[in-house]
Amino acid sequence: MIISVASGKGGTGKTLVATSLALALKDEYKVQLLDCDVEEPNDHIFIKPDIHHQNAVSIPVPQVDEEKCTHCGKCAEVCAYNAIAVIKEHVLTFPELCHGCGACSYLCPEKAITEVANDIGITETGNADAMDFAHGKLTIGQAMAPPVIRKVKELADKNKVVIIDASPGTSCPVVEAIKESDFCLLVTEPTPFGLNDLVLAVETVRQLGIPCGIVLNRAGAGNGQTEEYCLKENLPILLTIPLDTEIAHLYSKGVALVEGMPQWRKDFIGLFNKLTELVNERNSNTER
Amino acid sequence: MKEIVILSGKGGTGKTSIVGSFAALAESKVLADCDVDAADLHLLLNPSVKQETEFWSGQVASIDAEKCTQCGLCQDICHFDAISNFEVDPISCEGCGFCSHVCPADAITMTENMAGHWFASDTRYGPLVHARLGIAQENSGKLVALVKQQAKQIAEKDGLDYVISDGPPGIGCPVVSSLSGAALALLVTEPTLSGIHDLERVLGVCRHFGVPALVCINKHDINEDNTRQIEDYCSNLGIEVAARIPFDNVVTEAMVKGMPVVEYSDGDVTREIKNLWQFVTRTQP
Repeated sequence: MIISVASGKGGTGKTLVATSLALALKDEYKVQLLDCDVEEPNDHIFIKPDIHHQNAVSIPVPQVDEEKCTHCGKCAEVCAYNAIAVIKEHVLTFPELCHGCGACSYLCPEKAITEVANDIGITETGNADAMDFAHGKLTIGQAMAPPVIRKVKELADKNKVVIIDASPGTSCPVVEAIKESDFCLLVTEPTPFGLNDLVLAVETVRQLGIPCGIVLNRAGAGNGQTEEYCLKENLPILLTIPLDTEIAHLYSKGVALVEGMPQWRKDFIGLFNKLTELVNERNSNTER
Repeated sequence: MKEIVILSGKGGTGKTSIVGSFAALAESKVLADCDVDAADLHLLLNPSVKQETEFWSGQVASIDAEKCTQCGLCQDICHFDAISNFEVDPISCEGCGFCSHVCPADAITMTENMAGHWFASDTRYGPLVHARLGIAQENSGKLVALVKQQAKQIAEKDGLDYVISDGPPGIGCPVVSSLSGAALALLVTEPTLSGIHDLERVLGVCRHFGVPALVCINKHDINEDNTRQIEDYCSNLGIEVAARIPFDNVVTEAMVKGMPVVEYSDGDVTREIKNLWQFVTRTQP
């Protein structure tokens, strides 16, 4: 089963929920935590994994053999991203604009273009006790997170409880991280910003056809509109975490909630049981 | 005219609350909300939209089942696994058009994609340019570039001193786009290990693109040890810590009221944000 954790607004507690859920389940289930916030991965701070493997993530970018090139301009014509330009007797490539689609090399009539790897990030895999862990890191200065996210997700072991921590927002990195999940937990806070971005996140998961439930963090901080919205939209609030200075302090030190305050463990197991029920219900409905 | 972008790496550190306050404090400026996939600045500034424009960007492939001979070539060559059972998954499709170029039956067409909207608005603090990326859309970097370009045009036309951009979290494409052409990046962090880790990465991006940076530590009293660690880190790199804002629920209360915190409260948070704005205006990159 794949459970993703997303939010819309940043800083609402995705990392707190993903890490505590993984740690709460690790004694009873085979758990794999995948940190897919490859721009700003933080789960490792709380999990402190031993990293065993590091792999470069690259995208294929064009390399032009000037000997073979006749400067016909076909490559520039087919490139949708303006990543290759033919100027008189020269071909210029812009790897930072290239999406690695491969059209230029395939369509070059002279076979003058080969695809070479351009590194844009890394994945790291390891474990923390019995829990499997992996994350991706986009290289500083690189713009394209989705290929790194795809590589982290390729490591998913579907025989385990896979927990995916997504980045904030609702655009392509989030879609890449959460698509194909069995369930998406949306972490929010009861403030106007939290609600505004939750509405966008709900639209995103609904468009992807993923069932979702809410974790309401910092309850008591703002107003009651988030709960009203959840009620109106029939979104189950599966866990409520209060605004609490001790919780905030533990987070600041990089201590997972269920380790700093073990009484929360049962709440995260309860969260998992509730969402499993929702997934099973949905699966039996689709079978029927 | 000077362009200042507010970034953080980590989300939820207080970028928008600070930009909303700058809107109330700065006299001659245009505001740009560059967090196009989860924009919140309008919730503090209550804009009246003067002009709404569609944002068309990128393409998406579709297969004409009548013409398709099911040869499978498109599925084999697609680098994004966006085609299966001779159908295109529009969410996975990156719009490269490779399939449409190779299809022997000419069955694949590329159609323009409406990827969102952008708005030119008036607020009681001055003009605001903001946007809404369509749900699950790509090209947020291009929409950010468009928002900034429109904001700059207004600043030039009206002879305004500043473009103040509320940036997105992270370090990827919309952040790179927000930084482009900026005179100064103000990095808002919080004294948590996550905040510090993410600050280091976004600072790396600023240095990579040669944009000078200032740091503001928000909620500095949640963990004073970490605050000192950030101060030491910045001091080693020769980066100034321009403000230390205390944790106070007035920030959330102001948000609930839909107004900038500097107009809601006259406590320590407001004093620090006012000092921060003074610091920013004095910084000549």
